[in-house]
Amino acid sequence: MQWSIETRNLRRTFRDRPVRRLFRRAVGTKVPDKVALESVNVTVKPGELFGLLGPNGAGKTTLIKILSTLLLPSAGEALVDGIDVAKDPDGVRRRVNMVSGGEHSGYGILTVRETIWMFSQFYGVPTKVAKKRADAMIERLNLTESADTKTSKLSTGMRQKMNIIRGFVSDPKILFLDEPTLGLDVGIAREVRAFVSEWIKEHPERTVLLTTHYMAEADSMCDRVAIIDQGRVLACDTPANLKRDLAPDCVYQIEVPLWTETISPLDQMPVVRSVAMEHRGDQGRTHLRVILEEEGGIASVTDRLAKRGARVLSMTRLEPSLEDAFLNLVGHGLSSGNGENGAR
Amino acid sequence: MRTNLTTNLRAIWGRAYVRVVGANREPSWLFFEVALPLLASFSFALIYRGMGAPEQYVGFVVVSGAMIAFWQNILWSMAAQFYWEKEMGNLELYLIAPISRMSILMGMAVGGLFMTAIRATLILLIGTWVFGVTYQVSSWLLLTGVFVLTMGAVYGLGMLSSSLFMLFGREAWHTANLFQEPVYFATGFYFPVRALGDLGAMLASAIPLTLGLDAIRQLIFSGTPVNPLFTVKTEMLLLVVATILFNWAALRALRFMENLGKQSGRLTLKGQ
Repeated sequence: MQWSIETRNLRRTFRDRPVRRLFRRAVGTKVPDKVALESVNVTVKPGELFGLLGPNGAGKTTLIKILSTLLLPSAGEALVDGIDVAKDPDGVRRRVNMVSGGEHSGYGILTVRETIWMFSQFYGVPTKVAKKRADAMIERLNLTESADTKTSKLSTGMRQKMNIIRGFVSDPKILFLDEPTLGLDVGIAREVRAFVSEWIKEHPERTVLLTTHYMAEADSMCDRVAIIDQGRVLACDTPANLKRDLAPDCVYQIEVPLWTETISPLDQMPVVRSVAMEHRGDQGRTHLRVILEEEGGIASVTDRLAKRGARVLSMTRLEPSLEDAFLNLVGHGLSSGNGENGAR
Repeated sequence: MRTNLTTNLRAIWGRAYVRVVGANREPSWLFFEVALPLLASFSFALIYRGMGAPEQYVGFVVVSGAMIAFWQNILWSMAAQFYWEKEMGNLELYLIAPISRMSILMGMAVGGLFMTAIRATLILLIGTWVFGVTYQVSSWLLLTGVFVLTMGAVYGLGMLSSSLFMLFGREAWHTANLFQEPVYFATGFYFPVRALGDLGAMLASAIPLTLGLDAIRQLIFSGTPVNPLFTVKTEMLLLVVATILFNWAALRALRFMENLGKQSGRLTLKGQ
């Protein structure tokens, strides 16, 4: 089978800059290379909307940069549509496009339509075709009123809609979306997600690789998700299967009075597989999301909380979510919250 | 092959469009870009007048004022532009596009030439009118040829410099700043470059603008002594060599720097 994207033992490290390295060597200190990706093996089928889920610094953007030919791998291979990114970058470039969250591409002096047209020219799209495609997407993303506005006058949300169109206007075979809803408000983030999902339904032969740290975004949009942390892929499956891996009756949300200590009150309990704390200072409460090793372990958890003086204010058993699957694999929650910007 | 060519031609036009539109949408740019360089040219012209220098010196200065516009466009609006593109996030979008980096630079050059040509023409017209400069063009054909070759060589040099900006960003910016005044001096913008002495003038001719300016002066002030560096034909030959050399070197340097940047991870690193 020809994969849309395939990585084999992909590794990427970053070295200190030569002058700093020399200086450090001179003073006798050695700084090891920073490992951004370690033995990453990922395969994405044509037609898939594939998610890379991980916290900031997990290696998601590094992987996208390698796949989009902006970075070279330190070791291993990365193939896009069967083409090696290191050996034939031009071949890869003809097949891909990329949109990043918080992107400020283009020139403030051009209008939205002109910006989209300009970028389409870099992919050789004939002007008539580019304008037709752009108009259709502008309408679908409710950008018509701003279409002839200079991009310097656009709001963040409008700008990101334009960026999305910029990425799609070349009709790429494989599209990389790097945190495309980052910093967007609820409504616009939903519009963007709906647009991407519809596009891939209408173009079943196309592939989208989406990185996100919004759990619910990955859950609702992606056919399969790879959970990545500290440069390693910890799991890769459909969101449903990732959640199914958790035993039933094992996920609880417990509310206790504000817990100010850095160490969780459930620290080092053999029955607890992982726990994420979320402080709600305004309410004077802390939410503990607990994943148990086995059913029936909840009694010992409440005992421990009582002993530590963390009175249980409320306790809810939860259906395992993708966040729980993530917590289960990584051992900690994402730094940015679950379901932000209306990902649910 | 044909698709590649079409895509690259479209890319050139796409990138040039920004400059062409920019010239029309921000008329204030035109005012500042004409008025400020004129001040420098006027200063030198007044000095030459004041000290009773031969009248063609005033003409040299006016022509140089126009040519400086092109030089600044190359250095600041093309070579250094890669630094700004990197900061703005455009560079990575250019780099993932299936086009030659030269096409992007060519687009900047073509668009910049359009914008700068208007600016240079205005400088030339105003300067000529204010100081009553008279020209005696010996050959329009040769003049056009020299101008085209000079542009080919200096834009090649600009593309070569852009490879440094692409990778080193702000560091290259400082270096370019450092070289600005010495380049103005060595190209003989405001005086015949022969005044630097034979050796000095030879060394200065490594900058193609020096040769171009010298040849243009010979061609448009043909009735007056201009103390040339070489004959027009020799200078044209050297400009052909420079055009080929700088453009070839730019192509190689862009590839090399891009590869280096992809290895080190600095290619898309902002704020450096």
